[in-house]
Amino acid sequence: MYWTYLRRELSGRKKQTIIVATGMAIAIALVIVVNSLSAGVRDAQSQALASIYGVGTDLTVTGAQVEPAAGGPGSRFDFGDNGGSTTSDGTTSLNQSRLVTDFRRATLAASTVGQVTSIDGVAAASGALSLTNMTFDGELQQRPSSTDGQQPPSGDGGPGGVGSSFTVDSFTVLGIDPADTSVGPLSAVEVSQGRELTSADAGTDVAVLDASYATSSNLAVGGQVDVGGTPFEIVGIVTSTTSDADTAANVYIPLDVAQTLSGAGDVVSTVYVQAASNDQISSVEADLTAALPDATVSSQTTLASTVSGSLSSAGSLITSLGSWLSVIVLAVAVALAVLFTISGISRRTREIGTLKAIGWSNRRVVGQVAGESVAQTLIGGAAGVALGLLGVLAINLAAPTISSGSPAQAGAAGFGGGQGGGDAGAGGLGSGGLGGGFGGRLAQSATDIVLHAPLSLWLVLAALLLAVAGGVVAGAIGGWRASRLSPAEALRDVA
Amino acid sequence: MIETDVAGLPAPSPVPAYRLEGVTKTYRQKGRVVQALKGIDIEIAEGDFVTIQGPTGGGKSTLLQVLGALDKPTEGEVMIGATDLATASGRRLEKVRAGEIGFVFQAFNLIPTLTAAENVGMGLEPLGLTRAERADRVRDALGRVGLTERADHRPGELSGGQQQRVAIARAIAKRPRVLLADEPTGNLDEAMRDEILAVLEQLNAEGLTLLVVTHDSAVARRARRRLRLEKGTVRDITD
Repeated sequence: MYWTYLRRELSGRKKQTIIVATGMAIAIALVIVVNSLSAGVRDAQSQALASIYGVGTDLTVTGAQVEPAAGGPGSRFDFGDNGGSTTSDGTTSLNQSRLVTDFRRATLAASTVGQVTSIDGVAAASGALSLTNMTFDGELQQRPSSTDGQQPPSGDGGPGGVGSSFTVDSFTVLGIDPADTSVGPLSAVEVSQGRELTSADAGTDVAVLDASYATSSNLAVGGQVDVGGTPFEIVGIVTSTTSDADTAANVYIPLDVAQTLSGAGDVVSTVYVQAASNDQISSVEADLTAALPDATVSSQTTLASTVSGSLSSAGSLITSLGSWLSVIVLAVAVALAVLFTISGISRRTREIGTLKAIGWSNRRVVGQVAGESVAQTLIGGAAGVALGLLGVLAINLAAPTISSGSPAQAGAAGFGGGQGGGDAGAGGLGSGGLGGGFGGRLAQSATDIVLHAPLSLWLVLAALLLAVAGGVVAGAIGGWRASRLSPAEALRDVA
Repeated sequence: MIETDVAGLPAPSPVPAYRLEGVTKTYRQKGRVVQALKGIDIEIAEGDFVTIQGPTGGGKSTLLQVLGALDKPTEGEVMIGATDLATASGRRLEKVRAGEIGFVFQAFNLIPTLTAAENVGMGLEPLGLTRAERADRVRDALGRVGLTERADHRPGELSGGQQQRVAIARAIAKRPRVLLADEPTGNLDEAMRDEILAVLEQLNAEGLTLLVVTHDSAVARRARRRLRLEKGTVRDITD
């Protein structure tokens, strides 16, 4: 009888049931979608970090940030005596590669890796040297006023002029310790062709390429890639284990070779640190900070906060607007359920009075009223789960791509990955192309990550529980009102 | 108490269904104290058919609520069997309402979303009967009021008289000690009134104690005993 009465009451008050259920459905769907998206953003952040710092990296140690000097040494191409050939009409032809460190961040002595490893609680540490390979290829028409033969690669119209034609290519290079790739960027890659670097590769000119870079540059295992003017044999192609992201650099070479070729000396730019356990991360971070006062020590939390781009915006949007929207809609849905229940009690005063008069106990009446509220919100909850699942499915089918960047990655990109170029033409367009190449490519160095909205059974259950809780709140308030109705008063009121 | 035989009806049992002594009921209404009942002393015999008449505001509904265990008197004793409704706990009053008293209202008070059979079943809900027992009692009660064929109809599909018969079936399905009816024919035309009165008389003939509050003299004339309640006091006006 309980269920018959409940079913008949709900179907007899269709409009109210639909309004309450719809409100709850929207709220529950929002909760599911926002939480799924939130989990998706967290996953994306992890992917972004893993592709940069490697899987299992708890902390990173980098050199302190420095103010870049204008037109620093690494940013110059040599147009002097050994820097290309000049024809009789004053045009200088140049094809030159330079391998430079990040000019915005100081390097660390390679011995830092040993220092880090000796810290209590450090399970493993590995050093890497971030470099950028820049290649200038083209012709520059010499201006009469230019006498030193060197031009900064800026977009201010310096070397360009009518008749200049050149391209500037750049790609990121990471010198890694081939003997230890368990920590650091190569821990988050898998070999799709060829092999990884091994300890036997130390001191040899061999390279492993990021799959995306290899594809875009038409490079393959067995071929050669020019790094800092030196041909390297390509021994492997790697892809990120997080399939939607690129790996940390375009080209990986042995650390010692990178140090020699860049002329940076016995240094590293980043030390990747794995703590012995999660509990020890904080203490290791503190010890590292104390032991290396001139370095920057970053934890995963700090690193996560440095993930930028639309991924960061999406994270902020979901955590702020999305969460609040869910809470507000949920509150409105519960308020609606409460209001409709209370108004239902008022409208059903005679009915409740009659039930009490014919012997229904207070508890039974309250149970009926509360049951109706819970059922209404459960219907809404179930519809909300269905709606939420559809929303999540739509997001996963649409698979929106969001970009992420980080200081480390941007730093690795250094002077701007990719290609800038200037063609001979009117108005010094060549130099404009150069500037665009250096600056404009910085944003594109960010990783594009497909945003998924993962769904867990717990989330669905929690959403349903929220709906039930909303119904219980509405039912409890409605039931309390019903229990306070004296049968005599209830019948007298409507007499 | 006057025990008058009504033609065709059996004489009531000497054991009282109700015994009221010094029942007073006062309540506050719009800031002033209203004394609805003033020291009522009556006995209602088992199997009797009693009507209570009187002007509006005379205390009829209040008396019915006290008799129906819906309200407690301010003073006095209201005995139904061995239970004093004036001092019984809320739980006990619920049990009395559930098992011993059947209620019929002027406006029928049926639940519009339920069928006639389901409405009748609502009255059995507190008794904790099995599904089969409940179904038997519902069928029996509807049969006694002549509505077996209308069991699956909702109140909106029934005439006023049929709705009141469903309400009576709901009241008698629990097999109560007494049936209290508040203006049971108040919303009905003459033909339907007679229809309902015939049902009530038949139930009384089968031994059910009837207490009917009415304005209608035609109804009162059918009773074995007539009481008049005026200004909170009761008079026996049986001819």
